[in-house]
Amino acid sequence: MRYEAPATVDQAVALLSAAGPDGRVMAGGTDLLVQVRTDVLDPGVIIDIKGIAELRQITEEAGAFRVGAAVTGAELKEHPKLKSVWPGVVEAANLIGSTQVQGRATMGGNLCNGSPAADSVPALIAAGAKAVIAGPKGRREVAVEDVMLAPRKLSIGRDEIITAFVLPARPARSSDAYLRFIPRTEMDIAVVGCGVSLTLGADGTCTAARLALGAVAEKPLLVTAAQDVLVGKRIDEAVLDKLGAAASAACRPIDDKRGTKEFRVKIAAVLARRVAQIALERAEGKQ
Amino acid sequence: MSKHHVTTKINGDETEFLCETDETLLDVLRNQLGLTGTKEGCSTGDCGACSVTVDGRLVCSCLMLGVEANGKSIGTIEGMAKGEKLHPLQEKFLSHAALQCGICTPGFLVAAKALLDKNPDPSETEVRYWLAGNLCRCTGYDKIVRAVMDAAAEMRGA
Repeated sequence: MRYEAPATVDQAVALLSAAGPDGRVMAGGTDLLVQVRTDVLDPGVIIDIKGIAELRQITEEAGAFRVGAAVTGAELKEHPKLKSVWPGVVEAANLIGSTQVQGRATMGGNLCNGSPAADSVPALIAAGAKAVIAGPKGRREVAVEDVMLAPRKLSIGRDEIITAFVLPARPARSSDAYLRFIPRTEMDIAVVGCGVSLTLGADGTCTAARLALGAVAEKPLLVTAAQDVLVGKRIDEAVLDKLGAAASAACRPIDDKRGTKEFRVKIAAVLARRVAQIALERAEGKQ
Repeated sequence: MSKHHVTTKINGDETEFLCETDETLLDVLRNQLGLTGTKEGCSTGDCGACSVTVDGRLVCSCLMLGVEANGKSIGTIEGMAKGEKLHPLQEKFLSHAALQCGICTPGFLVAAKALLDKNPDPSETEVRYWLAGNLCRCTGYDKIVRAVMDAAAEMRGA
């Protein structure tokens, strides 16, 4: 197994192109190295992207944040401003593993690992984040909900890497939130995860909203029906009931050791209500 | 395939080693450098027994390649006591009987020190969440948490 640590995105893309199916990108390595260790993967070349400066930066431009794909969870949390603008994204990324894992794990890796239960992904989808993807033909931007297709299957090519996530500029009275259900308080994989991002008008009416669910389908889902439920309304109990129903209706889960289909469908509604309430309180400046 | 030549700092000392790509930092510490205070538990980043700091950041050394240590500054349990003088956390682990078999202890100490370096006055909840990635199957955690809180208080001069 070879190890390469390119200093630029172009070098990383060239190395990936040359490696073909034998190449694997490593950011934090918290999923990749476990898969190598347990012989799930046997890559010929590991391409470590942590040495590429632009992938390690968080920059703000006209209110939009560009978060490098190899920024760690710990670095996200320590950023002076990101958490106040995108609390849901930061809290979701910080649910991935332990303090030790947070020191290495990245949102780029969380997405590219291709797990339907990845915690940061529903939060990014709810945020309307775009993934910036670099490949031999240059760069393109793809909505985060379009990156994963199925467990371990992505829409991005073998010779492409995610370089950053772009979180759009926020109008006033906007916020987001993420919650997951697990049977303990820490260190577990989501049975269901839910992210909500919303904006309120001056009169308290919801003017924009996105809701995404994790671990209830073959990939994290954007629930477009949630937008129709929330936008144009004041978010009250009746609206929250409808939101929960829309979340449940979008689920197409499997039964597994972490939860049954029936349980996941029910919990999706509970989480959708709770997460929307938290995002609402944050947008109103109460939290 | 030639080995990687890695130059790093371990507990403040310039250190060089050669390693294969598939050797983790944990493998290198234990098998090549004789630093066996860092323990191998799960090898999958779940138990925290292999906790070390890399440029001050707490990580699992089983989830990092040895070659990635190049140019970095590594902190292990061996760097915690100053000669014969134990770190306050080590003293408090002894006086609170915060260990039984001892396998998890170096990881807990390194992780707890990383917390107190960052936050000298953590709440009990903060201690418990920070240490959630360190598993102990003997003590039930209460004595460990008490030892960390007591060491923090002592280090603050309280």
